[in-house]
Amino acid sequence: MYDFNYTRPTSVPEARAAFAASDDALWLAGGQTLIPTLKQRLRRPSALIDLSGLRGLNEVQVMGAKVMIGALATHAAVANSPITKKRIPALAALAGGIGDAQVRHRGTLGGSIANADPAADYPAAVVALGAEVVTDKRKIAGDGFFKGLFETALEPGELITSVHFNIPDKAAYVKFPNPASRFALVGVFVAKFKDHVRVAVTGAAPSVFRVPSVEEALAKNFSPDVVDGDAVPADGLNSDLHAAGDYRAHLIGVLTKRAVVACA
Amino acid sequence: MNHQASATGIGASVLRTEDLRFVRGKGRYTDDIVLANQTFAYVLRSPHAYATIGRIDTTAVQKAPGVVLVLTSADMTKLGGLPCGWLIHNKDGSPMKEPKHPVLAEGMVRHVGDPVAVVVAETYAQARDAAELIEVDYKPLPAVMDMAQALKSPGIHDAAPNNLCFDWHLGDESATAAAFVKAAHVTKLDLVNNRLVPNAIEPRCCIGDYNTATGEHTIYTSNQNPHVIRLLAGAFVLATPEHKIRVVAPDVGGGFGSKIYLYAEEIIVTVAAQKLGRPVKWNSDRSEAFLSDAQGRDHKTKVELALDDKGKFLGLRVNTLANMGAYLSTFASVIPTFLHGTLLAGNYTTPAIYVNVKAVFTNTVPVDAYRGAGRPEATYLLERVIDLAAHETKRDPADLRRMNFIRPDQFPYATPVALTYDTGNYQRTLDMALAAADYKNFPARKTEAEKRGRLRGIGIANYIEACGIAPSNIAGALGSRAGGYECGTIRVNPTGSVTVLTGSHSHGQGHETTFAQLISDKLGIPFDQVDVVHGDTAKIAFGMGTYGSRSLAVGGSALVKAADKIIAKGKKIAAHMLEVSEHDIAFENGAFKVAGTDRQKTMGEIAFQAYVPHNFPLETLEPGLEETAFYDPKNFTYPAGTYVCEVEIDPDTGVTTIVNFCAADDFGKIINPMIVEGQVHGGIAQGIGQALLEHCIYNSDGQLITGSYMDYAMPRADDLPMFKVTLTDEPTPCTHNPLGVKGCGEAGAIGSPPAVINAIVNALADYGITHIDMPATPQAVWRAIQNAPRG
Repeated sequence: MYDFNYTRPTSVPEARAAFAASDDALWLAGGQTLIPTLKQRLRRPSALIDLSGLRGLNEVQVMGAKVMIGALATHAAVANSPITKKRIPALAALAGGIGDAQVRHRGTLGGSIANADPAADYPAAVVALGAEVVTDKRKIAGDGFFKGLFETALEPGELITSVHFNIPDKAAYVKFPNPASRFALVGVFVAKFKDHVRVAVTGAAPSVFRVPSVEEALAKNFSPDVVDGDAVPADGLNSDLHAAGDYRAHLIGVLTKRAVVACA
Repeated sequence: MNHQASATGIGASVLRTEDLRFVRGKGRYTDDIVLANQTFAYVLRSPHAYATIGRIDTTAVQKAPGVVLVLTSADMTKLGGLPCGWLIHNKDGSPMKEPKHPVLAEGMVRHVGDPVAVVVAETYAQARDAAELIEVDYKPLPAVMDMAQALKSPGIHDAAPNNLCFDWHLGDESATAAAFVKAAHVTKLDLVNNRLVPNAIEPRCCIGDYNTATGEHTIYTSNQNPHVIRLLAGAFVLATPEHKIRVVAPDVGGGFGSKIYLYAEEIIVTVAAQKLGRPVKWNSDRSEAFLSDAQGRDHKTKVELALDDKGKFLGLRVNTLANMGAYLSTFASVIPTFLHGTLLAGNYTTPAIYVNVKAVFTNTVPVDAYRGAGRPEATYLLERVIDLAAHETKRDPADLRRMNFIRPDQFPYATPVALTYDTGNYQRTLDMALAAADYKNFPARKTEAEKRGRLRGIGIANYIEACGIAPSNIAGALGSRAGGYECGTIRVNPTGSVTVLTGSHSHGQGHETTFAQLISDKLGIPFDQVDVVHGDTAKIAFGMGTYGSRSLAVGGSALVKAADKIIAKGKKIAAHMLEVSEHDIAFENGAFKVAGTDRQKTMGEIAFQAYVPHNFPLETLEPGLEETAFYDPKNFTYPAGTYVCEVEIDPDTGVTTIVNFCAADDFGKIINPMIVEGQVHGGIAQGIGQALLEHCIYNSDGQLITGSYMDYAMPRADDLPMFKVTLTDEPTPCTHNPLGVKGCGEAGAIGSPPAVINAIVNALADYGITHIDMPATPQAVWRAIQNAPRG
């Protein structure tokens, strides 16, 4: 990797100041994407602001009908939290299926969604659970957070502090792993609320997306039989050596049905 | 041989002594070696698959921080190219084309990753930073990627028009053609043996160290055969005599073939160290390994099998295109020829066989031996076409194989493709594997799986391999430029402990345990009193190294010969000490005894006397107790066996799950069953990797698409079932080496790919699917179902 300055602030204001003081700073959370990227010399930041010294940003708490998870909570912490396991077991299972044990003990919720990798798991949960992304400046609705391939609604230097997930009646996340990387080739998160259903798909397109026609059908009758296997056309889906667009489109249907079954 | 039962002798599953250091992080790999005043080399590699190089501007880099040396081919004009160790002849008797394989690119690059320049600096980071300042004036050319297209394209080497390296054949073409004329049924199949990336867990690493006072080079390198590297580097590239080169291959973290060869980097660090008068280390990272380690397989084959009306094989015809990559690697030429064509009889009595292999240059990383090396390719095409023939002629695939087996009473058996198998019992391993797999009750399991929406299939593959590479006289007659013997030394130390020095090299195989068991048993001394030394040309007299499942069959046999010499010398010493004729001395259970009496001397007493020879008759008895032997095998060894794979396929996703995998192997005599089974486990894992997951893919511009683990799928534990590995209960020991051993290192990788694919095709048979190429990824299986003749 190239040389860079390194700072480890202990408060959010200090972190913001450090960020502002550098021309081309990057936040360092768990570093599970950033560090390999630096090692491959694909990025050349002037400074890394290591967030691991910030206190109070890694807790998991219940807040009314929501579960609030600090941005610096590791995937392992989310997977193993008694609160997540009890209130949103599908979210605990999703976190427990990210990467491997080493990744899960370093990677963080905030880092994952800020990176907005098209094959990441968390974006499916953020969208399907109608979450709110809380930053040092504002609250951003999950539906509007992911803007495209590695693109989010975050402004330069804006720092995620927590994510508030709605607690569903039932939910399940079913992932079809890339045979090589084990990232989501396609991942479908189905969440059933009192009066509506949300279906969010990750891995299949440049960014996470919902499937309104399937959501409506499931809201009327929460059964795998009503899931249209061809609801998402292949056009516009990712196509690579592991899965062409038509195969991904097909998998969306299969996994959605399996997620509905898994909700039972 | 000592036959008293022993917890550490031959046949005992002794725990691996080397694992104490490996699992505790106490191994000493090349990168663990830090020499005083060491510098670091970074190799600048071509980003283009095929381009001419105009100017290389290194002015800026010379002044960069920490830089001590910059090298391009202009600095290496006195060096030879990297040599190829096996000369193949074309059909017409002319020699193969051997274009120069330069250490650094000479005016042209021919694959992505081709070394162009070297920067040596005080730190690795400085060398890598500085390398970005080198300006190379590339003029890209259209890459030559597809083998068939390459044969119609201008050569990427002037010396090889149309990219043809050689057009080789073996067998009786007209007799084979005649067999097809009289056949009742002919089965034809086109198939691909997919290119693989070896992926040893330790990437390659080497250090050059030059002694300016003595003019001696030391090369530390992560390699499988240090003496061969010394010979190739000294004689062919550096023009330096062997006594001025020491090669050390310390602990090596896996090789699978990819660390047999002489690579450019070993020459680079040697030359750089001499120019600088300081040690130079080069360490590959994983990304670099994908672009610079020789890759494996990559054959395209058309196979035809002729059968009579009873199912007897009459003839086999094979036409293969074999990808050599951009240059000939050290043993590239022998893989598709004498390690592939000669194995096409398999376990069967096919009377007429003809094979034609065209080896082709393309703008890809060089291809060379990878676990199995030619034999997996032969076994795959043969066991696939037999399965298809069984399907087409509505025969049980086990029965069709059985009726064509070479029977135990037919050995020694001369095949129509140059080999003579000494012994075997293929019926027995087939029976054992089918019993372990509960083959007869498969239909019930298939029916049960159907109720769960799963497609269940079962596949059988027999394999035979030629191991114990290689009899020098046979190899030499076939074009080898090297011998195939091995060297071993046994040094009995004055206090009775033993140092075993072997030219074999252990890079995961467990030689330190197996060889210690062998010598402990042979000399009747405690297991923990035997130390095995390997991997250093300064310590070991000579060696050909480890590849082709040869270490025990050839290297172990050399040690047996050396041990026999120790016993013979020990008898002379004992006769002197006991004042009897040496003919009256018998060696039993570690003691030299006067026959018919209770008078004896232990090995320890003999050893001590050998080094304290106060009253030796020096005219007839030398002091010391150390013996060296070279063993050259009379024939190859022929391990064989049967693998049965059972799969379930999810037709909705195309995912294949291996639900059962049974192996029955005949490796002859076994020294350490646990280590042997471990070797089979590892081999099967790699074979399943090839069948289901691994695929090295380049795009049409010659860029490696699967250049990291993000896209190159390695098998993991949860991709694999619990294997049922058994060793045959009716082993057929090798008839021509003193141990009766055959070798076990590659069998798993050879026998498993066709077993897996046969099982998948069997599961998909109801769709009218008759073949699927490797790797049978979920997408490939799903697409095969979508495009199936019968939905």
